[in-house]
Amino acid sequence: MDLILSAVEILMRWDVALALLAGSVGGVLIGAIPGVGPAVAIAILLPATFSMDPIVGLTVLLGIYGSSMYGGAIPAILINTPGTAVNALTTYDGYPMTARGEPRRALSLAYSASFFGGVFSVICLILFAPVLAKVAPMFGSREIFLAALLGLILVVIAHRGQALIAGALACLGIFLNTIGMEPVKYTQRYTFDQDFLGGGVNLIVVVLGLFALSQAFVLLMDEDEKVHVTKLRGGMFQGLRELARHPRVAGVSASFGVLMGMIPGVGEFTAQFMSYTYAQKSSKRPQDFGKGSSEGLIAAETANNAVPAAAMVPLLALGIPGEALTAMMLSVFYVHNVVPGPGLFQNDMDFVVALYLALLILNVLVLIFLLFATRSLVQVVKIPNRFLGVCILTLSFVGVYSLRNSATDCLMAAGFGLFGFVLKRLSLPAVPIILGMVLGGIMEVKLRSGMARVKEPLDFINRPISFILFTIIILVLASHILRVWRERKELKEAEWQTKTASTSFGKLMSRRKNSFLKDRGKEVRGRHSKLLRRLKGLF
Amino acid sequence: MTTERERRFVGPRRGQLVFALVFLTLSVLLLALIGEQTAWVKKAKIFAQPRFWPAVSLGGMVLLGGLHFYQLPWRRASRYDLWEARQWGRSAEYALWFMGYVLLVPIIGYLPVTLVFVPLLARRMGYRGGFMMGISLGFALLVVVLFKAVLSVKIPGALLYEYLPGALRNFFILYL
Repeated sequence: MDLILSAVEILMRWDVALALLAGSVGGVLIGAIPGVGPAVAIAILLPATFSMDPIVGLTVLLGIYGSSMYGGAIPAILINTPGTAVNALTTYDGYPMTARGEPRRALSLAYSASFFGGVFSVICLILFAPVLAKVAPMFGSREIFLAALLGLILVVIAHRGQALIAGALACLGIFLNTIGMEPVKYTQRYTFDQDFLGGGVNLIVVVLGLFALSQAFVLLMDEDEKVHVTKLRGGMFQGLRELARHPRVAGVSASFGVLMGMIPGVGEFTAQFMSYTYAQKSSKRPQDFGKGSSEGLIAAETANNAVPAAAMVPLLALGIPGEALTAMMLSVFYVHNVVPGPGLFQNDMDFVVALYLALLILNVLVLIFLLFATRSLVQVVKIPNRFLGVCILTLSFVGVYSLRNSATDCLMAAGFGLFGFVLKRLSLPAVPIILGMVLGGIMEVKLRSGMARVKEPLDFINRPISFILFTIIILVLASHILRVWRERKELKEAEWQTKTASTSFGKLMSRRKNSFLKDRGKEVRGRHSKLLRRLKGLF
Repeated sequence: MTTERERRFVGPRRGQLVFALVFLTLSVLLLALIGEQTAWVKKAKIFAQPRFWPAVSLGGMVLLGGLHFYQLPWRRASRYDLWEARQWGRSAEYALWFMGYVLLVPIIGYLPVTLVFVPLLARRMGYRGGFMMGISLGFALLVVVLFKAVLSVKIPGALLYEYLPGALRNFFILYL
């Protein structure tokens, strides 16, 4: 109780209240505009938050992170275009509801589900905080290194079908982090005798280039689309009543969100996928999913809104960000010399709880704002793409230039912007680069200090947590290799089945060995069961 | 006809080969420079060597980038790859706009340059009506006032502001 009271005391300031309001309203607006998204907004605002107190700066950024998904549901439901990437699943059931004339019901249900997910996760984590405070100090250098490595591996393999290039891009991130003066032996690494590279490549410059400038280039090169928005009629409160009729789906989905959010690199997509699959399998009307099912909408929206609070756990407890947005927030901590990690949970528990309470208040503010302002808010989806590109380009300047007033930084950001543009055009992920940069730095420091205390390499995993983490890494890698092997096998079989050119009998036998044996096995088993039935018939 | 391997590929075909080839070539070049660009310190363990992490990361880039290149379902560049490369080049125009904006702000000033840059780029994008020009000007003013005057972000006063009379000069340097 004392902890909560001291956390409330931290929040009882006018600038924190203003940050909460700006973060929540700003986040909803940003989420509602397709093509902007929280990553762009956080990247632009990051340098502006450096001059604020850590709690104020983090509240603004958390506000944008937490409330953008609420806003993202609006275009997903009304025009079948997700406002943020994580609202993609909302379109499955949200838009069909709009198409059959129930846009208000869909929006109201999405807001209510999001609210439930957000509040559920915050309450879970406030209750869970004392346990975390006990577990976090057990993480030394070796454990943090292994946890960071696990996070990086999970991020890479989460990109199904693109794991190789995602891994290569994560390595690029680690490489970018090594450029400049090495802090222990004071030697230069890949500076090519250029002064501007001596200080290294700034994370914010890369973030702004890869997320904000690249998005501006995408929008500026794009065509404007005519958007038709359906008029809203009816009450906005019916969703709360409807949500109460599906407590099981909402509860399970929020739990998935909390669990998946805590694992670095997993995040919203896995949580949504798992909760949506669960809701469909356990539903009395599974045939309605994808055609405007209220349970599907609840599952998708509850799961994604339960993630932001949970995603703060690895960041605050271990100093390891699990995805790009929390990686950006890490830089706010570093600027203010607040080191997230076990020490934060031991010494500044009230600060951690204050952040969670801020998220709780934020959810309430956003729900109130949306219940009354949705009708006006839907107009923002009409902002033309190219004009949005002009706005993002103008705002990106503030983000990059205000860092060090350096034109070189801006040039580097423009370069990364072009690189990010290419990645976006090719549907390749930029997130592994950012996480590679952040986690690469952590891994370098922790491996060096961890290895200094061990005599043999195997001593590195002789503590319980390090051994568990190492085992998880091996299991994750083994399961990924198994999956890739299975996919390759399936691909070969599918290729064989669609093959039209003639094949020699020997090659046919060797290529189609598995499927042949399967068919042959079926045939033999069928013959045997037929004989068995006849035999039974005799008696 | 599209093969099964092409059908299962995540992302569009155009440009993939060019990207993979450029990425791999640059990775190999950087790895080849490792002896020149990093140092090997005597009496230090391998994990504490300044060369260790560049070697790990560049090794990973070469290995994984190479495997990605090998796994691509296409081996020949098509005209769509070249068209895509031209699109990448076209986006450089906006990077130049951005750099022009960056270079002019310290000379002319944040407010005047933004007031010209936003409507000009909007005009280049095809918004030529009075309404959109008004919106552009309003947006430019709002950005400058919000970031420089309200949030006090670090954007230095311009060279041109030095020629303004006393009090006005200070006001412009501090707030605009």
